[in-house]
Amino acid sequence: MNKGKKIVVNVLKYVLLVFAAFVALVPIVSCVITAFKNVEEYQTTNVMVLPKSWLYFDNFITAWKQADLGSAFLHRFLILICVLVGSVLISAMLAYVLNRFQFTGNTLIRNLFMVATLIPGIASQVTVYQIMDSLGLVNSFHGYIILMLGTDVITIYIFLQFFENLPVTLDESAIIDGCSYFGAFFRILFPLLKPAIVTSAILKGVSTYNEYYMAGLYLQDKTRLNVVSTSLYVFTGPMGSQYNYICAGVLITIIPALIIFLLCQDQIYSGMAAGAVKG
Amino acid sequence: MNKPQGTLDKPKLTFAQKCKTMRGQQIICTIVFLFVPLLLLFTFTYLPFFKMVQFSFYNRDYLRVRSFVGLRNYIDVFTRSDCFQALKLSLYYMVGSVFQISLALLFATILSFKVRGSRFFRGALYFPRLICGIAVGFIFKFFLNPGFVLDTLLGWIGIANTPNWLENQAINNIVLVCCSLWKYIGQNIVLFIGGIASVDPVLYEAADLDGANAWQRFKSIIIPSIRTIVVLNLILSISGALSVFEMPYVVTNGTFGTSTYFVVMNKLAHTDMKVGLASAMAVVLLVIIVLVTVIQKLVEKWLDYRENWPHDYGTKEASK
Repeated sequence: MNKGKKIVVNVLKYVLLVFAAFVALVPIVSCVITAFKNVEEYQTTNVMVLPKSWLYFDNFITAWKQADLGSAFLHRFLILICVLVGSVLISAMLAYVLNRFQFTGNTLIRNLFMVATLIPGIASQVTVYQIMDSLGLVNSFHGYIILMLGTDVITIYIFLQFFENLPVTLDESAIIDGCSYFGAFFRILFPLLKPAIVTSAILKGVSTYNEYYMAGLYLQDKTRLNVVSTSLYVFTGPMGSQYNYICAGVLITIIPALIIFLLCQDQIYSGMAAGAVKG
Repeated sequence: MNKPQGTLDKPKLTFAQKCKTMRGQQIICTIVFLFVPLLLLFTFTYLPFFKMVQFSFYNRDYLRVRSFVGLRNYIDVFTRSDCFQALKLSLYYMVGSVFQISLALLFATILSFKVRGSRFFRGALYFPRLICGIAVGFIFKFFLNPGFVLDTLLGWIGIANTPNWLENQAINNIVLVCCSLWKYIGQNIVLFIGGIASVDPVLYEAADLDGANAWQRFKSIIIPSIRTIVVLNLILSISGALSVFEMPYVVTNGTFGTSTYFVVMNKLAHTDMKVGLASAMAVVLLVIIVLVTVIQKLVEKWLDYRENWPHDYGTKEASK
């Protein structure tokens, strides 16, 4: 290949990448710009004009108070802990039984979980709402947590895949040494599952943190049961055009996801690929 | 299962003793470990599904059944203008996903080979996927507001007189497709990068030795090796396009003719309390999704068969 053509291809490559990154980031960056403007600046300058000071945090404070983000973060954090502990335990136990024991119905159960992924969550909420209502679980955190536990298939696949690569001799030798099946699972295998636990906890954690549809449906009492994602709804009413506050609020809610992303990029990519293969 | 053969001459075990045998322990462990996940699966997936099918034959809201209406709801799904309009909208999203997959393929190819800052570019393209839907809604309402970010950017390159992006019905659905592309393309890119990474590097070396250029390399090595994943993604995007919900829900809330099928269904179910009709809509979509999935599985088998037949004869069995 001649040299000139190679340079052109190379330049074109970077032009494309820079343009794509620009498109991906500009909506977020424009929010950052506006979030640092005071009311007068916001009203008089163009949205893309940089703010006078990058240390003007009043919008963030106002947004935090307006959306009651303190309690929203606390609630979301508590929900997150319960959902993560629950879903990791449930999925690991399920994957253990499905992978290690041969019994009639093993394939059936696998298929039941597989078919469940076909039903879009939003479609089934039409009737799930009625079931939740009859169980008295609407408008309560525990109802929401139970629901978040029940709609979880990717985590199960991550654990199933992981168990396939854990040698059976591990639990066999533990059982020969006098361990029960429960003991073998909790004392020998569970600690070895750490990588799968980390991956699934990150994926499940991000999706739980961002979940807004079911939160809107089942946590309707916004003052008592607010969570981070839906707390932003405050800004739809009379504050609908005060974007200096809205952008600040949006950025506050993005920051935790950004931190997790910067710390755990690789686990997110590999976990997502693992989930996508089967799910 | 509970009475193994050949135990007749052994002393009869009490229930407690049976539980202590290995087999008994295994059964107890299975039951205990499966109970919660299966209960959740049944209560929140299969029970709602059966109820949905049942509800779809009734005129009802959440609390009361009004009357049995037979297939009336299903006829309504195909004759009501809002439902039908929504089905037409999914064409936008289908075309959009073809664009999305092609673009993702392009960027995955670029990022798979030596590029400075590839980690940054991949991260930048993937990160929108991790932003909460409601926040994305606000970001785009702000971004597309007349005279705000997008209009300013276009003004810089000399384009004035822009339409109202979210209210002009000629383009607002295309704009929403772009928003959805913004959020989800990173996921395709990461998946395709994974596919390309699994190609045997010897192939690239051989191609380099033969003097293949980037396009030939793309056409003859990358495309064939990730064809399966691309085709499957394309087929999946059919059911994906029909079940689009997020962008029209959070950005426009279905106003100005942007209500997709699920936005209409959501409104019918939770605002208008027409649970029977909404259930029928859900059942119709589920039938389509099942059909698409069956087709997908068949294509997957066919591609597998075609790829492995000529050169891998017999090795597939061995690797299993």
